[in-house]
Amino acid sequence: MKPNALILFTPGTNRDGDVAQALTLAGADSQITPLTTLRKDKTDWSAFQMLVLPGGFSYADALGAGKLFALDLSHYFLDQVQAFVAAGKPVIGICNGFQVLVKAGILPGNKALTETRTATLTHNQGNHFECRWVSLKPVSQNCLWTKGLSDIIDCPVAHGEGNFQVSESVVAKNLSVNDQLALVYVHPDGKPASGLYPVNPNGSVMDIAGICNPQGNVLGLMPHPEDHVFPFQSPDRIHRPDATGLPLFLNGVRYASES
Amino acid sequence: MKVNGSAAVYRFVVKPNTANDPRSLGYLADAHSLSLNQITQIRCHDLYFVRGGLDEPEAEKLAAQLLHDPVTQVIEIDLLEIPLTDHNPNQKEHPATRTIEVALRPGVTDPVAEQIVRAAHLLGISSLESACTGLRFIINGDGLTDDLLHLAAKRLLSNSVIQTYALGEITPSFSTAAQSHDLVESILLRGLDDTGLLAVSSSRRAALNLAEMHAIQDYCERENRDLTDIEFEMLAQTWSEHCVHKTFKSQVSVKRDKSDSRSFPTQYSHLFNQTIRAATKQVNADWVLSAFTENAGIVEFDGIHELSFKVETHNHPSAIEPFGGANTGIGGVIRDVIGVSAKPIASTDILCFGPADLPLSEVPEGVLHPRRIASGVVAGIQDYGNKMGIPTVNGAIWYDPGYVANPLVFCGSVGLAPKGSNPHATTPGDHIIVLGGRTGRDGLRGATFSSMTMDAQTGEVSGASVQIGAPVVEKGLVDVLMLARDSELYNSITDCGAGGLSSAVGEMASECGGDVQLKKVLLKYPGLAPWEIWLSEAQERMVIAVPKKNLEALSALCIQYEVEMTDIGNFTGTGRMRVFHGATLVLDLDNEFLHHGIPQRHYSARINKPRFETGQTISIDDQTNSDFQNTLLKLLSHPNIASKERTIRDYDHEVQGGTVVKPLCGLRHDGPSDGSVIKPLASMTNHAFVLSNGLNPEYGKIDPYQMTWLTIDEAFRNAVACGADPSRIAILDNFCWGDPTRPEIMGDLVQSAQACLEAAVHYEAPFISGKDSFNNEYLGSDGKLHAIPPTLLISALGVMPDWQQSLTMDFKHDGSLIYLIGDFAPAFGGSHFNLVHPTQAIDEGLPVCSKANPRFYLAFYKAVQEKLVAACHDLSEGGLAVAAAEMCLAGRLGAQLHLRNNEVPIRALFGETSGCFLVEVTAESQFEFEDLMSNYAIRLIGKVENHQNLQINHAKYPILNVPIADMLSAWKDRKIAGGLA
Repeated sequence: MKPNALILFTPGTNRDGDVAQALTLAGADSQITPLTTLRKDKTDWSAFQMLVLPGGFSYADALGAGKLFALDLSHYFLDQVQAFVAAGKPVIGICNGFQVLVKAGILPGNKALTETRTATLTHNQGNHFECRWVSLKPVSQNCLWTKGLSDIIDCPVAHGEGNFQVSESVVAKNLSVNDQLALVYVHPDGKPASGLYPVNPNGSVMDIAGICNPQGNVLGLMPHPEDHVFPFQSPDRIHRPDATGLPLFLNGVRYASES
Repeated sequence: MKVNGSAAVYRFVVKPNTANDPRSLGYLADAHSLSLNQITQIRCHDLYFVRGGLDEPEAEKLAAQLLHDPVTQVIEIDLLEIPLTDHNPNQKEHPATRTIEVALRPGVTDPVAEQIVRAAHLLGISSLESACTGLRFIINGDGLTDDLLHLAAKRLLSNSVIQTYALGEITPSFSTAAQSHDLVESILLRGLDDTGLLAVSSSRRAALNLAEMHAIQDYCERENRDLTDIEFEMLAQTWSEHCVHKTFKSQVSVKRDKSDSRSFPTQYSHLFNQTIRAATKQVNADWVLSAFTENAGIVEFDGIHELSFKVETHNHPSAIEPFGGANTGIGGVIRDVIGVSAKPIASTDILCFGPADLPLSEVPEGVLHPRRIASGVVAGIQDYGNKMGIPTVNGAIWYDPGYVANPLVFCGSVGLAPKGSNPHATTPGDHIIVLGGRTGRDGLRGATFSSMTMDAQTGEVSGASVQIGAPVVEKGLVDVLMLARDSELYNSITDCGAGGLSSAVGEMASECGGDVQLKKVLLKYPGLAPWEIWLSEAQERMVIAVPKKNLEALSALCIQYEVEMTDIGNFTGTGRMRVFHGATLVLDLDNEFLHHGIPQRHYSARINKPRFETGQTISIDDQTNSDFQNTLLKLLSHPNIASKERTIRDYDHEVQGGTVVKPLCGLRHDGPSDGSVIKPLASMTNHAFVLSNGLNPEYGKIDPYQMTWLTIDEAFRNAVACGADPSRIAILDNFCWGDPTRPEIMGDLVQSAQACLEAAVHYEAPFISGKDSFNNEYLGSDGKLHAIPPTLLISALGVMPDWQQSLTMDFKHDGSLIYLIGDFAPAFGGSHFNLVHPTQAIDEGLPVCSKANPRFYLAFYKAVQEKLVAACHDLSEGGLAVAAAEMCLAGRLGAQLHLRNNEVPIRALFGETSGCFLVEVTAESQFEFEDLMSNYAIRLIGKVENHQNLQINHAKYPILNVPIADMLSAWKDRKIAGGLA
């Protein structure tokens, strides 16, 4: 069955069209839906096989990127989100969507939502917005989105608050032990970034570009694989034709259609 | 400001829990760059104030769940004493640690405060009434006197136009429920003499001249009544330079030197129609769908879609509040594109600033330091473009002492729409619907403000002219209006720009008439007079004409996308514009007079002969400046030529997924692209478009006529260098000029406009839109008039049938051949060589612009279509040597070039020329390429080589040999090996 993805939309969401395009290429249908509509229509989320929190500046990043969208989620849609995650369906949050998942406590997801958060995405160490192409290495074999991927993914980052930080170093260590490190920033040849700017564009601990929950169905990442699904998008299309972000979406869609 | 006695006010201070806080470090670096070296540390904290009947647990809940991030921040809560007062604790006891707090002035848009109220209610704290935000700076250092702190507060930490500050704790000010007041004044014009008329114009800052005031006086006589203030303000705005371009529409008498061999018409009866618009008519391109009639020019794209393009300036607001000025500049031009029912898909920004290293002591009174202007402008563009999700893909930054007091900010927007989707069918009975932001006092008299010369008080008296944008509100307008367009819910559309509702509704009602009820307009805060509501330039508003049957569907869309919609009246068939405030008729003007009653202006122009004729060169001694290597590095590190990477990366140039050629290109994505190529995802074809620009005020200082030819050639050739079809390039003009009442300024304008006509026709590149900004002058406290150089921006929009034709400028293959193609005629007039060697400047005329250029570009385009070109870069500032250096450093590949024996090396290396490219052609394409280009000047000048040096030879000897690493450090870091900078 062709899976149907629910793409959440708030004021300030702006990469919804980009991710919808990537999902189409990967073989899924999708529906971009404002939260106001979901509330008004009392939409049943279980009719969808995938959930997408796209990039953008929800509520203009007021009070911290993703914070107010996260508040909407936990206030209006807590049951729906928890059910979606618990059902093991593929969930992806990209850039602002990642910020939302973290600020809502859905990622890293090792603790109950009500407990104090242990991880965050904060201002880039360079103190400015950064738009550039980066290289990502898929790591986690537990994450359904990155499982089995071996090629490096090239795609742009475009964010000011993508610096992944944890309250204690043990939290980061646990992410590694639990195989929750989905994607890390690397040099184009795959060598670790080791915190070196601009290979690691924002100063994230352990070069973390994306993480998943312990179950492996929820992925959050700062870079934009949805903006590298066509050859014309890549500045390196001639000598790195295989480094697209499409395999990530193919994985998610395959999983959604199988289950 | 007083606070209601019953309401508690809580103050929250949010601090980073690390000493290594990037924002604080950024402020410290800025303080040191302004030579505030006594400051050794700055810690920046966020302040939030909330008012309402909150109890302590509620305040704690707000702190824990909303106002701070527990991983990176700590938060403190205080219950403030009422009434609120400024509080100044411990300042004397700890002179080494001082506090400055900054808050927004009442009435300045504060989107975070609005969100705090919304979110608190979500959290169940319904007693929270209002909120406001601020910043706290804890400053450490030696000898922190009050004077120094005031200086830091004014020069770095706050801007008095939009903020207040206090040494110590600041008193918050809250906004309250909004109502208008109904005061309408009468403006007596009947019976006034000339002095009296001009006094009215000046006291209301109307910028109307005597003839215009007479026309209004005559109208009062005809209608046998006085005008209300709102009527007078509407006339002033509708007739402002900004809105009607009266300088360009004027009659001009031209005088020139008898010895000047160039010929110009001696009289223009309508400058614009006889130059710019005439060019578009003469070119008569069938792919131009709309030129100069709408908010943006429109061209055919892929058979299914149309592209719209508009470039605006926002100079004066950016001078006094750089962030807000640029922010609302980009917001305004985006609305122009929405105003032709198109989705904005790309932005451009061309910026002109004073030198970044200007000593603080040389900054005139009332002027912000160029560094502060530059960083504020870039942050404003970044904030708006990124948050709206529009890629900022093309631009330029130019530095010149002439822009210290009067920076230029050109903002452009490109839109995409299905062909013919913009309706123009306002029908009597249609409802006048305002969508988007609320109306405040912001931006009052912006249209007339931008039509006046700035003075040292401008920042103070015109503070209200500057606004802060709310990009997410404008994003909502795009969300709603694109769907409304596709469902055909509206009959016509216009943006609220300069002049606000007065301008937008006035324009839409100009054919039929309209009735408006001001009491229905949603306000941000209380106390606005009727004329203020009508004229307010509050941002993020669009006006549409909606038939009654569609109101419900539109309202549903607005609820879905959280956009405010207000029905303020109806279009009528009366031919008059009428505005009510409650039951009172406050404005009742005849459309014919309002829109066509303005008398045409008459100007005198004086064309001065340029000091050096175009193409006039002098013979140069071979020995002049033989340190070519150092000259090349100096040029590469000149701020106009050096890498703009730090700025470019602040802008999202990837969103919407269509950016094929990015602003930076090459092996490491850091070479300077000649333009950008976009393939919109919405197009199912392979069509792509190119954005590029041309600008050279250095040429403008010498000869505005020739500058214009060269600028059009540059914009055009940049587009061709990226792969655009030369027969599908449209151009836009943006003039930033001085005071047109001065004949020599008008003379410069006439020369430039005349050259626009001639060059556009010669290149068959129609103008599709344009804008002019005059009075870019500044009366300093020294009493001298500071004028900017005549500055013309030409923006080009080119189309190519297949994105795979697009080119980048980086060398790609070891062993490729390098050709110098085009009529190579280097000259030093206005050159960057002269800028980096002021004592050895070579005084000459500007480069010629070969008449063969357009044909040559067409021939080159054939080679591009045949995929014979691996890389292409145009020769511009700094000449051949800089172009070659940039191709090497972008590709991280070396090259060897050979000059001709009969060439003077310095001229060939650094002279500037029009109409030339350096291109890389692989060996296997050599014969086909040479064959295709055989009718044009091409020369095989060298080879790409697999080493890390650029070597240039003359008469078989190397005269320049520079490692790529040295060129990179000059170009990227502005550091010259051996410290010779």
